[in-house]
Amino acid sequence: MALPLVPRAIAAQPWPALLSAAFLAAFGFVTLYSAAGGSLLPWAFPHAARFGVFLGLALAISYVRPSWFREIVPYAYVGVMVLLVVVLAVGVVGGGARSWLDFGPIRLQPSELMKPILVIALAAFYSAMPPRHIQTFGAIWPAGLMIGIPVVVILLQPDLGTSLLLTFSGITTMFLAGLPLKWFIGGGVAVGGAVPAIFPFLMPHQQERILILLDPSQDPLGAGYHITQSTIAIGSGGITGQGYLNGTQSHLNFLPEQHTDFIFSAMAEEWGLLGGIAVLVGLGVLLRWGTRVAMDAKDRYEMLAAGGLTSIIFFYAAINLMMVMGLAPVVGIPLPLLSYGGSAMMTVMICLGLLMGIDRRTRRDRERRRGL
Amino acid sequence: MKRRSAPLVTEQSQAITFTRRSLVFGALQGGVGVLLAGRMGYIAIAENERSQVLAEENRIQMRLIPPRRGWIVDRNGQPMAQNRSTFRVDLLKERIEDVDYTLAQLTHLLGLQAADVERIRTELERATGSQPVAVAENLTYDQYAAVTLRQPELPGVSPLRAFSRHYPAGSTVGHLIGYVGTPNREEYLAANRDPLMITPGFKIGKEGLEKTMEGRLRGTPGAARIEVTARGRLVRELETLPDRAGQPLQTTIDAGLQEYAGRRLGEESGACIVMDCRNGNVLCMASMPAYDPNVFTDGISQLEWSFLAEDERRPLLNKALNGLYPPGSTFKPSIAMALLQAGIDPEERVSCGGGYNLGNRFFRCLGRHGPVNMHTAIARSCNTYFYAMGRRAGIDVLSDVCKRMGFGQKFASLPVVSQSYGTMPDDEWKRARFERNRRTVERPDWTESDTLNTSIGQGFVIVNPMQLAISAARIASGRMIQPRLLPVRGPEPGPLPWAQEHFEAVRSGMWEVVNGAGTAGRSRLPFPDIHMAGKTGTAQVRRITASQRGQAGTPWKYRDHGLFIFFAPTENPIYAGAVVIEHGMGGSRAAAPVAKDVLTYLFDRDMAMEALAPLEEQWGGTLAERTARRAEAWAAAHRSGRTPPQAT
Repeated sequence: MALPLVPRAIAAQPWPALLSAAFLAAFGFVTLYSAAGGSLLPWAFPHAARFGVFLGLALAISYVRPSWFREIVPYAYVGVMVLLVVVLAVGVVGGGARSWLDFGPIRLQPSELMKPILVIALAAFYSAMPPRHIQTFGAIWPAGLMIGIPVVVILLQPDLGTSLLLTFSGITTMFLAGLPLKWFIGGGVAVGGAVPAIFPFLMPHQQERILILLDPSQDPLGAGYHITQSTIAIGSGGITGQGYLNGTQSHLNFLPEQHTDFIFSAMAEEWGLLGGIAVLVGLGVLLRWGTRVAMDAKDRYEMLAAGGLTSIIFFYAAINLMMVMGLAPVVGIPLPLLSYGGSAMMTVMICLGLLMGIDRRTRRDRERRRGL
Repeated sequence: MKRRSAPLVTEQSQAITFTRRSLVFGALQGGVGVLLAGRMGYIAIAENERSQVLAEENRIQMRLIPPRRGWIVDRNGQPMAQNRSTFRVDLLKERIEDVDYTLAQLTHLLGLQAADVERIRTELERATGSQPVAVAENLTYDQYAAVTLRQPELPGVSPLRAFSRHYPAGSTVGHLIGYVGTPNREEYLAANRDPLMITPGFKIGKEGLEKTMEGRLRGTPGAARIEVTARGRLVRELETLPDRAGQPLQTTIDAGLQEYAGRRLGEESGACIVMDCRNGNVLCMASMPAYDPNVFTDGISQLEWSFLAEDERRPLLNKALNGLYPPGSTFKPSIAMALLQAGIDPEERVSCGGGYNLGNRFFRCLGRHGPVNMHTAIARSCNTYFYAMGRRAGIDVLSDVCKRMGFGQKFASLPVVSQSYGTMPDDEWKRARFERNRRTVERPDWTESDTLNTSIGQGFVIVNPMQLAISAARIASGRMIQPRLLPVRGPEPGPLPWAQEHFEAVRSGMWEVVNGAGTAGRSRLPFPDIHMAGKTGTAQVRRITASQRGQAGTPWKYRDHGLFIFFAPTENPIYAGAVVIEHGMGGSRAAAPVAKDVLTYLFDRDMAMEALAPLEEQWGGTLAERTARRAEAWAAAHRSGRTPPQAT
């Protein structure tokens, strides 16, 4: 090989991932600065600082041998399950759900940790399974339990958003593992049929949110307020936006949760459609890279883990964006890397770190083979 | 691929499946991306205009600026109702987050009483929509500043600079001017839900001139376009259209005289009216005791209200227009005019032996006057003369002339909320009134004894003080005077269709009442060259035998009313009026001295004030001091659960 223009250590980094993540976090920083009325505090600076810390964490994770996680995942799964049960008993209520553990300076949401752990656990489960067992019932029920138990416990908090996200990314991992399609088709039909049956058993505010989605204007000041204000903010931005620091709806607090779940709307008010496309492209680059890592991986465990971890990031972004644009009910899921808040960022950066570790091993293998 | 038999799954085929499904999932991601981009494009482009309008609606509010109310001034431009710049605090129900916390903080900052907090809570419960609830008015700047400072943590609390109505003369103008107050729900609905009606600080006239002249006094509200946060906090004013103040309202009242009359009535319950008898301009129309309009304007507490409502001297009643009394002997000048119209010679004498026999009934006179003509009969108030002559003239003439003197009439020229016009009885009236209700009187048809009672201003006759004043003004001027509170240029009132010498005959009798051997000799004006003419009256409150008239010793509310009508100067009358003292026991004793002092005020202010000073000292201080003391005593009794003390 010719003399490299850049040092190996730098060239070996997964640049698409790092750059797109940094771009999204920076855009989040810029929007948080504006949402605070042109101030680094209370949101923009902590956001940037957290991103720095979690980026370091992700890079550190990426240097760990991926199979090590596979070995420890049973302990991690059980440990986090214990925390989830503990949180139900002694947790701190925040945002209407009992989902936090308070350790003095650090407040932890065990449900966040469960997302990557569940995917790793499923990947470990399916990679250890002999190929011909994949079409048997034995390929489904253990996975169903692994997903179902944390989902039920988290639903009790109650945190519908996280439960949905866990379910979706778990099912995606099962899908990638090669389970027969009939299970998914059958399951989809069953859920489609069950929704009207389950609906009466949902909490009143959850029912309301679903009904509001069908017609937000029926209660513009009540439960439809979030969706109405969000579309007003996005719509008033137009193509090029109101201009940076000129967003009235976020500055005057008409837009609720403008620094967390609805940060996309606050951004779109000031940056318009162009800013929205930029965020979508940034997320697209990140997800495409993740999918690439999964498809390039040589080891079955790594393939499944990479695919499942990518799906976590995807479902975060997809549910949040559909919610702020009025295509999904308001379930309280932040936009990865843009929204203020440590837990979601930590989850996403852990996923990113694991993906980078898999990517690093794939590339090292390839180079080793090439070198041979 | 074989579909029928289960395909053999190998590691190889699993890797292919994974790649294929990854591509499917990747395509799903791309599809969602395209869907989101499309949805966002739709919102940002197709709904852009609508969203911008909605965003502006969110952000910008119109805030009405209540107009400054026009002043009410007296004939010389002296203010009787004016505006003072004050500070106030309101609550906006929709925006309050924690009612208990907010009220606790406000109690601490503004020193609210438990009763205030109770009222605010009730009003908060009743408040509809965005109607603000007043917390406190007339705050000091320091209190205002303290609330403003804490406003960010107290959503829904709205401190404002405002104007409040002030009446310098206090209760002496209460019934005349009325008061203003926050519009109530009925008034808001009656105004077609005009948003001005629920703007904090806006007040409308509730009584008196403030109410009847509302359209002119109100002015035009201003408006401010303001930028607000979602919690309604003001960010900045974008533009302001200033309000246009209401026009000042000039009245015919002499503010000094009005206040003097109010103070001179003192501890008594009554009314005093003085008018310019050449044109009907009312110079003073006092009714005491009265509520203080300044207190009403700030909103009145339940305790204050019951203090007023339970007072037997009825401070809530405008006695000048709504107080009804038998006129007693003050009716005699008008009856005398009627006798003259009936063709009775004023020099004809009637011999008074202490009364008059009608069949087997004896109608008593208060003295044995011997032979009296009309002049003497007026001067000495001889009932016998009027019994005899009234009977001869007949009720038709008496009633017709007295109606033209103003009795039983409503004065359309007065811009007032209500007038009670009383009764000027005649045959037809009695029939209509008692035909179906025989139990209350013996006979439904007019009898001669009814005529006799009417002739001395008793029986069915009831009048209000304004009618008495008008009768004096009409006798003094010979013209069809109408009372006026607002100066209007119009044709001079036309003459009454009666002979000049008839008026002269009655006027000379009235001159004799005060300046000769009459019943009000002690109330001569203290000027050698200015004479007052008048007529006293003492009216029974209930039928008691004549020997048992309601004098000292009987409970206050059964004592006789004292009345007096007057005009001055006699030769060339300028002023005319009436004084009524409820249960004052006699016209010459209670009412005439008030008229004397009030007229003195018009000719020599200082002398009148000198006369008032010892009286006020005797009553125990100025009007304000006495009112405050009485309210305190009443409140104390109310607290201890005893019956409130009544003045005796």
